[in-house]
Amino acid sequence: MDLKELYRDVILDHNRAPRNFGRLTPADAQADGHNPLCGDRLSLFLRMNGDHIEDVRFEGKGCAISTASASLMTEAVKGKSRAAADELYQHVHELLTKSNAVPAADIGKLAALSGVREFPARVKCATLCWHTLQAALNGSAVVTTE
Amino acid sequence: MNVAVAEKLTAAPLDAERVRRDFPILSRTVNGKPLVYLDSAASSQQPLPVIGAVERYVTHSHANVHRGVHTLSQEATDAFEGARDRVRRFVNAASVREIVFVRGTTEAINLVAQAYGRPRFGRGDEILITALEHHANIVPWQLLCEQTGCTLKVAPIDRRGQLLFEDFATLLSPRTRLVALAHVSNALGTVLPAKRMIAAAHEQGACVLVDGAQAVPHSHVDVRSLDADFYAFSGHKMYAPTGIGVLYAREEVLASMPPWQGGGDMIRSVTFEKSTYNDLPWRFEAGTPNISGAIGLGAAIDYIESLGLDAIAAHEQRLLEIATSELSAIRGVQLIGTAAHKAAVVSFTMSGVHPHDIGTILDHEGIAIRTGHHCAMPVMDFFDVPATARASFGCYSTPEDVKRLVAAVQRVREVFA
Repeated sequence: MDLKELYRDVILDHNRAPRNFGRLTPADAQADGHNPLCGDRLSLFLRMNGDHIEDVRFEGKGCAISTASASLMTEAVKGKSRAAADELYQHVHELLTKSNAVPAADIGKLAALSGVREFPARVKCATLCWHTLQAALNGSAVVTTE
Repeated sequence: MNVAVAEKLTAAPLDAERVRRDFPILSRTVNGKPLVYLDSAASSQQPLPVIGAVERYVTHSHANVHRGVHTLSQEATDAFEGARDRVRRFVNAASVREIVFVRGTTEAINLVAQAYGRPRFGRGDEILITALEHHANIVPWQLLCEQTGCTLKVAPIDRRGQLLFEDFATLLSPRTRLVALAHVSNALGTVLPAKRMIAAAHEQGACVLVDGAQAVPHSHVDVRSLDADFYAFSGHKMYAPTGIGVLYAREEVLASMPPWQGGGDMIRSVTFEKSTYNDLPWRFEAGTPNISGAIGLGAAIDYIESLGLDAIAAHEQRLLEIATSELSAIRGVQLIGTAAHKAAVVSFTMSGVHPHDIGTILDHEGIAIRTGHHCAMPVMDFFDVPATARASFGCYSTPEDVKRLVAAVQRVREVFA
């Protein structure tokens, strides 16, 4: 396995300059995610328009994988319905955990996360933001991945 | 380097290359590169004499201890109790009655909290710890506070990660019933002035527990010279197997404590109406103990003493100096914990790079370090970092290991350029 597979340019770019970073006020929903193993923490803010995610922002401190994953996720789910966001997460989850998964055509830049599956200790870094999104959508306040 | 260390270096240098041959695991590769193991503060590796002692016991003498009249049980008992005496001599305890085998430092501290603290502490009493403690020397006291209504106080540290002794002394009072301190900080490597702290605590009538997990593999520990009431340590940080550790407890203190866990081996007689308890130290060892672990620990002590603790300490101090100066010269590297007196630990962060990413890149180079909060979240909070990267050294670490560490940290800079 090659380090460049994990730290792709897209990942490094989103780590250096995360998109949709900061608080969202007012927000319709908020959830906090915490990975106690590595100390990653993020807060996710949602503004909904009916069933659709109208706007989403996040803030927090984390490793490159968790920061880039959250940044990529916010770009990907903005404007999507709950169901579409769920479906996207299923694709990303497969990508992160199944060794032979081929990225579905519609996951776009999220495909850059596929290298993470070669580094099992880091999968939870990439999924933290998605668990936090689920929590925000379902009204729970805090999630942890360990 | 101070003069004393320099003298020890010239007097008895450690032949680390020869030492390394005693540790079979060090010849493996990780990710195609020769392993560089710099995580001994989390758990050290085991040398052939330890592996051999455990194997000999398992293949030749295993049986339960203190129970049978048959040959194997006697051999197992002799080996187990022999290991206890080996531990006693290692820490210079007065008697084997003061050496309780436990699973590790964590269990030792919980034992003291529950068997010493719980029956005698109450509202208005205080337990004093330091801001450097591992979670194992925080949480058992918090549980005890919830159970008894006593209060936990914390002595602060300075920006270099050193105890503020005057503040510690100020926090001591006749209300202080127990002081619990790390001899060496696991997260930062700071060596605490244990002897001075113990003397100050005793002046106020407080009992003292020392968490010696990070001290015992790197320096001579003499529990009587320290005047510690309790001294806890783990086998697996001193080249022995996991699951075995020691609680040293001064005999008169231990004798005053009720049993902690009930079961076989800790009793003298049992009826449904009443049980009477065994002598020290077995009163505190309910159930079949980790016999092979204790034998491994005895062998590890023999191994450490065959190398010489002075030689090990001097060797590790040299590595610490090289690592400290070379890592701090790398752009963006910030050392966390720069106490004047440190054991073989270098904790650091890099600007713009999370420690977890450092850990992954180093692992890719075959280098094992610890990244995270090191079970010392309050220390991380104090320095306002979510985590650090920590390299820690053992008797088998070499300047070449440090060289590869430094090169890999530079590689991290390149990846995150």
